[in-house]
Formats: sequence, C-alpha cells, structure tokens
Amino acid sequence: MNTKSKVQGPKSKVGVRILNLRNLGLWTLDLGLFIAALLLVSAPLRAQERPLAWGADAEGGAPYEFQDPRDPAKLVGFEVDIADAIGRILGRPMKFVQNQFDGLIPGLERGNYDIVICGLEITPDRSQVISFSRTYYVTYEQLAVRAANSSTRSLDDCRGKQVGTLKASLAQRLLEARGDLGVVSYDGQINAYEDLLNGRLDAVLMDSIIALYNVAPLPQLKMVGPPVARLEYGIGIRKQDTELLEDVNRALSSMIESGELRRILQNWNLWTPMCAEFFGDHTVGAVPPRSFQQFVKSRTQSVSGWQAVKRYTGYLPLLGKGALITLELSLLAMIMAVCLGLVLALLRLYGARVLRAAATAYIEAIRGTPLLIQLFLIFYGLPHIGIRLSAMVAAILGLGLNYSAYEAENYRAGIQSIPKTQMEAALALGMTRLQALRHVIVPQAMRLVLPPVTNDFIALLKDSSLVSVITMVELTKAYSQLASINYDYLGIGLLAAAMYFLIGLPFVRLARLAEHYFSPAGRAMAVGGKQRQAA
Amino acid sequence: MPENIIEIRDLKKSFQGSPVLKGINLDVEACQLTVIIGASGCGKSTLLRCLNGLEVFDEGRISVSGISVLRGPARPHADRDYHRLCHQLRGQVGMVFQSFNLFPHMTVLDNVARPPMIVQGIAAEEARANALALLEKVGLKEKSGLYPEQLSGGQQQRAAIARALAMKPKVLLYDEPTSALDPELVDEVLIVMKELDAEGMTQLVVTHEMRFARDVAEKIVFLSEGLVVEEGDPARIFSDPADPRTRQFLRRFL
Repeated sequence: MNTKSKVQGPKSKVGVRILNLRNLGLWTLDLGLFIAALLLVSAPLRAQERPLAWGADAEGGAPYEFQDPRDPAKLVGFEVDIADAIGRILGRPMKFVQNQFDGLIPGLERGNYDIVICGLEITPDRSQVISFSRTYYVTYEQLAVRAANSSTRSLDDCRGKQVGTLKASLAQRLLEARGDLGVVSYDGQINAYEDLLNGRLDAVLMDSIIALYNVAPLPQLKMVGPPVARLEYGIGIRKQDTELLEDVNRALSSMIESGELRRILQNWNLWTPMCAEFFGDHTVGAVPPRSFQQFVKSRTQSVSGWQAVKRYTGYLPLLGKGALITLELSLLAMIMAVCLGLVLALLRLYGARVLRAAATAYIEAIRGTPLLIQLFLIFYGLPHIGIRLSAMVAAILGLGLNYSAYEAENYRAGIQSIPKTQMEAALALGMTRLQALRHVIVPQAMRLVLPPVTNDFIALLKDSSLVSVITMVELTKAYSQLASINYDYLGIGLLAAAMYFLIGLPFVRLARLAEHYFSPAGRAMAVGGKQRQAA
Repeated sequence: MPENIIEIRDLKKSFQGSPVLKGINLDVEACQLTVIIGASGCGKSTLLRCLNGLEVFDEGRISVSGISVLRGPARPHADRDYHRLCHQLRGQVGMVFQSFNLFPHMTVLDNVARPPMIVQGIAAEEARANALALLEKVGLKEKSGLYPEQLSGGQQQRAAIARALAMKPKVLLYDEPTSALDPELVDEVLIVMKELDAEGMTQLVVTHEMRFARDVAEKIVFLSEGLVVEEGDPARIFSDPADPRTRQFLRRFL
C-alpha cells in the first residue's frame, strides 16, 4: 500500500550546474556540455532487483488507485492492493508509473512499464494489441441520475439527454452506438458526477464500481436501472512478454484460490453476487468493507476552518514536488531553448545558404505545429524508430526544441537591431565575424532580447503543464490528481495557481535586474554618478 | 626616395551597375598625413572602405605594407583568398569612423583593451596597460572607467582613435572623423591627429576640414567622380590648383 507515485528520479544537480554558467556569450560554446549533461540525465536508472513497473492513472480515482485523502503522498485503492499482492507472490517490488488513461496502452508498448492495472476492460480491440491476464474483476455499467429525477429509470429514458461517461471506456462505446443521446466523455470520473450534480448532465453511465464510489457519499445522486452490459477487467501485458503473462496469471490464480482477491474486494465493498458467481467463491462471513467506509466518511465529513488549513497544508508536499519538477523541467528546457535558439538565429542570419534554409525551415515547422503533437511524437513516436527517451528527457527536449524556435526569432530581432556599424567597427579592428558576434553583437543583443525571453520563460513555465500527457507528474498533474480525489477543484486550484505565480515571480524580478544591469544607463550608475557631458 | 606604404592601382568599384571608383591610382608615403578631399559622392569613403575590406572592390590591386590584394574580371566574386587577404589587410590598417562606433556595452578602457586581447591574444594586464597609455595620450585617462555614452562626441572620437591605435596598425584611415561633431569639439580631435603625425604615424584622412588639410597634411589628393584628379603639396594645391575641377571645388575655401 505504500507504492509511491514518484515517477522520475531527482536530477536537480545537473540543472544547478548548468545554471552556474555565468557568461551569456559562452552559452553557445557550452551547448555541447549541456547536451552531454542531458544524455547523463537520460541514462536509465537500473535497480538491483528488477522491479515490476505497473502503469495506471491515479486520476481515474476511487476505488482503483487514488491518493489517500488523509495522506496525499500515499496511493491507495483496490488495484494498489492487487498490485502489491502480485508483487509479493512474484517476489518482485512493484513500481507505480503514472500515465493518463488513454495513453496507458501506448505507454505499455513503448516500455514505460511492464503491466497495466487500471480497470482495463478486456475487449477484442485491445486484445489484438496487447495480451490480457485472466479476469481479476467482473462488473457492469451502472446508470446514475440526480436523486430528484424520477422520470429517468433506464438508459432508454435518456433519449435526447446528455449522458456523461469516461473516455475510451466500454460505456462510451455503448452510448455512442445508441446514437439517440448526447455523449459527453470525461478524463476523470469526478468531473462527470460533478457535472451531473450541477445540471450539465442528465445522467452518468460508468462501471458500477465507479458509480458506487461516487453516488454513495452524495445524497443528491442515486443509481437507477438494471445492470447494463457486462465487463471484465484484465491486467494488460505486452504481447511478447509471454513469460510475464504466465507469472501474472499464476499470481492471480493463487489469489483467487486463497480468497485473498475476495478479501481485497470485500474490503473495498466491491464483492458482488456477480463476482461470487464468476470466481465460484461463495464463502460467507464477509470481510467488513473498511476501506469503503473510510472513503465515504472522508467525503461526507464537513471540515472546520482549522481542519481546512491543516488539510491544505497537507497538500503542499505533493504540490511542492510537482512544482519542483515543473521548475526543473522549465529551467532545463529554457536553457536548451536559449542556447539552441542563439545557434539557430546565427545560422539564419550568417550561415551558408543551406544552413540558413535549414534553420528557417526548422523554425517555421516548429512554430507551425502544436507543442502537444510534438510531445507525442517525441515520446510515443520516436520509439518506433528505436529512440526511447525517459519522460523527463522527452519533456525537456519537447519544450526546449519548441521554444528554441521562438528564442531564435527573439535573437534575430535583437541582433538585427544592433547597428551594422558595430559589426564594421569590429571587423575593422581585425576581429573575425565569429569574434565580432561573440564579443560585440550578441552581448548587445542580449539586453534587447531579455524582456521577450523572460516573457517566453513565463509562458514555458505554464506550457510545461502539457507534459502531463507524457506521464510527467508536474504541478498541474499533481493538482488535478489531488483535486480529483479531494473533490476540491477550487481550493487546490488556487493553491496550484499561486505556486505557478510564485515560481515565475523571481524570474521576472531577476530579468528586470539583469535588464537594468545590461543597459548602458544601468552600468553608468554602477561606475558612479552621472558624468555625462553634453555631446 | 620615400617608401610607399599603400599602393592602389586601377581600383574599380561599382554599386548596382553605377561606377563609384573608376580606376583609382594612388600612393601613400609612410609617416605622412595624406588628406583626400572631394565633393560628396566622389568615392572618398568607398576608397577608404576598400582599403580594409569593408567593401569588396571589383577590379584592381591594393597593397598595404607588402600585403597585396588583387582582383580582376577573370576572378570570381567570392574569392576565398580575397577574404583571407582582407583579414590580413585589416591587421595593418586601423579605421576611425565618422560616427565613432565605439562598443556601447564596454567601458572606454575595455573598448581599447579588449580588441587586442580578442584578436591578438595579448594578456589582459598588458592590454590594459597599453590601453591606459593610449588613453593618456589622447587625454582620456581619467575617463577610462566610463561608458561611451557618458562621453562627448569629441571624447568618443579620441577614444576611437586610441582603440584603433591599440591594434598597432601601420596605417590609420579616417572617414570624415569630425563631421559628426559640434564645431567646438572638432579641434580636440584634429590636435590628436596632428600629434600622431608628429610622431610619424602614417594617416590617410577623408575630411572636409580644409584648414586642417592645408596646415597639417603633407599631401592632398583630390577625388572627383571616382578618379584622382589632382594630388600634391597642400600649399600648391590650395594656392594654385592645376585642374579646373579642383579649382571649382576649392573656390569656397580659398
């Protein structure tokens, strides 16, 4: 039960070392060093005892895997218990890897983790791509409506209404196949039930266990209608990992025989007659549903002012961890963007014709395509041609490559605004073009580009939230995970927003100082007094 | 027989088809101050800029203290040798611009001290000592810690001269060094040039300061429409120009 949701190892040291480079003019030359550092970062961390990495989306929420409301750093849920049991039986430590639900199978294929345990329904489509273990849970789809709604008793009553469900789920396919009602798909279950509460939806169709956990704590909602369809959850495994498939099946079978699976499910109040039938286990003398009761209690408890403060303080470590990743990621990406951007700008301005064209093409292509697609290409696309990067490196590369195009244009504007006579004076003194750029042109352009570059850094800081799509748990992801399990998008949202603001603030200040320092007037001040004479 | 430090033979240069230099022939003697005069657009500045490779000339030959750059119609425009030679040329030739072109992000001292460090690899301490000595010579020692924009135009131009001298050039070229200055600041620059002449520096000056040309120059060259029309001793040219075009040009100054 103590599987941590930490995905990436700490690499801040490298970041700090790179930041220490003092001379802006030297940056280009240190690009090589930086890339070397990047490679170092990307070196895979090999554990001594091969851990079994399992992928899931913690944002999917209760009761699958979610952050314990009492201790947000801890991941709980019935699938966490199952994963731990499998690990124990196979004698391998389990390592949790966060990924969003619709990226779980691509992530499995590219090797981010070895198995997927995340309420994955066994479907023919999926079975063509991956192998499934034997079924570890069997359930059905359950309709939920507002308690005050007495006219909707089954799906057939939902004609022309708005029905919410989860993206990429069996329920979504069922609803879409009907064609007589509006389907609204959500990434997380909580948002769907919230929209049902506030009237944006008329009904929600989801796996019955989700319905149970979302409807039970809320008297304003109720479950209606007979079970819809039937679905089985299986553990997803890569087709070629036949040995692992056997291991996992062996573990599951032993859990079923020993009754451990039943006890886990009972603890979470998930053991239904359907399950008893399916697993052929009619043992009486049930385990009390403690975890379920705890969950319902945590949701229904009203919170006093002091408790609220305590609760929010409790979120800070997790948000802080996300903020650190956001900061680290943004800094490294920005350093890369600034270095690469300078090279691109110089190539575009002074390069040979071919290089100039290449730099221009790169800049236009990058600026003309969405960052999200670039991230997907780097993370999920490159493995197809044999390049597999860790999520952190892919995120830094994606953001860095993207922003380098914008920085290049900033530099170009800056360099072009330096009078041509400066270059002539430098050349006339016998400098080569490169020396003139490095000692005369670029340092002057630096001052001009500082404001737009700072602007871009702030923008990058916020754009970094996009990397959650490639399994990075940064600040925004940490926020949505916490919010989804605590049903608090407002308070935690404000907290996360404040953190972004606070991260950005020092850089805005720093840039203002640097701008002042680089300006001739600022320097004049530094060397003492206004001795300027009338020209 | 005095030694010619610059030899220009049949130098031609045109901009977008319109000829600016139509075959310049000129010798500049060592240790002399030579002044080039002529109406605006006669090609004076272009001639100077060709001498240190800031302009690529079309045809002809330029030699500066033994380094010879040759171009003819037979040779293609992007001549690899040409750029290498131009770079060598610049090692021999210093340039003072009309608009000073000091580096605004460096102190006056750094403006003078850094280029030799960058180009010639001179050690920082030595470069700084040289720079201070040169700044003292042009009367700016106490301004060495300031930034260019804190100086007057005259001071900036003197600093620019010091910067050019720091590279230890064999020849110093001036492209209208006082044209951007307020009248009362012109003399302080001319005095520095006069002092350098007294020390034996070879200087080639494009200027409109006729009084200075007459009083200080050892030789006057008159350019008109891309050709050297007349050259010689200032006293003679200013009192008895041979060519009617020279006479016409100098009428206002006589």
